[in-house]
Amino acid sequence: MTCRELIEFLMDYHAGTLPAAQRASFEAHLALCPPCVVYLKTYDEAVKLGKGACSNPDDAVTDQIPEELVQAILAARAKQ
Amino acid sequence: MPTVTPSPAPAASPDETALVAALRRGDQAAFATVVRTHGGRLLAVAKRLLRDEDDARDALQDALLSAFRGIDGFQAGARLSTWLHRIVVNAALMKLRARKRRPEDPIEGLLPKFLEDGHRVAVGSDSPWVEPAETLLQRREARALVRDAIDRLPEGYRTVLLLRDIEDLSTEEAARLLEMTPNAVKVRLHRARQALRTLLDPHFRTPPA
Repeated sequence: MTCRELIEFLMDYHAGTLPAAQRASFEAHLALCPPCVVYLKTYDEAVKLGKGACSNPDDAVTDQIPEELVQAILAARAKQ
Repeated sequence: MPTVTPSPAPAASPDETALVAALRRGDQAAFATVVRTHGGRLLAVAKRLLRDEDDARDALQDALLSAFRGIDGFQAGARLSTWLHRIVVNAALMKLRARKRRPEDPIEGLLPKFLEDGHRVAVGSDSPWVEPAETLLQRREARALVRDAIDRLPEGYRTVLLLRDIEDLSTEEAARLLEMTPNAVKVRLHRARQALRTLLDPHFRTPPA
């Protein structure tokens, strides 16, 4: 397996949907290719960062609905 | 109106059951409660997808009015928050589609490069990142940097990443809303994640010794 194939199969590897033979090739490549180990690790970190950066309760202060928007929505509803 | 499979997450509380019953009766006060209780979080969802305050407000209003009209389609056992979330996502995606289309920026420049034999071309020094994601996420400026990087992804990839990784839609749900095949969603998600990794790497990689 090449680096290109390893990256191509990354999601299937994580999802556990890679056939056994390809999984073995994937892991054999990782054992011999430290840059791919780093790539895999930083890819996983990027996914975690993406998921976590938009869901931190400390940022929730920006999730308030402005009162004028509440009133606009209620007024639009009353017209229906 | 999106169909929502009842969530295995905590069942609807008695308060929510009463709220839904009031909505079904056309109770304006119940609608006001929904707007105030869920509106902030839902507005944030619309803003993430649309990146425009006015469009996000319009999408939220369209979604909530549509939800109120379609409350009879709300399935017993589903979570109101999940149902509203899907309706807002759908309204925001409709608005995205209605926007004047511009040619999409190519993503290739943000994907790994390979030699003819399939080996990757190293960019910089394939270094691990200085801290794990869990530690980085404790810092407000790191979270802002990640959100900024997501915003820099080409639109079609950014939308798929948001739907799958942030809004937590399944591949199939995202495919249905985006009118794409599930496989196309998977390919786009993988490319979007690779591009996000590329954008974050210069900020988080261990500096050379």
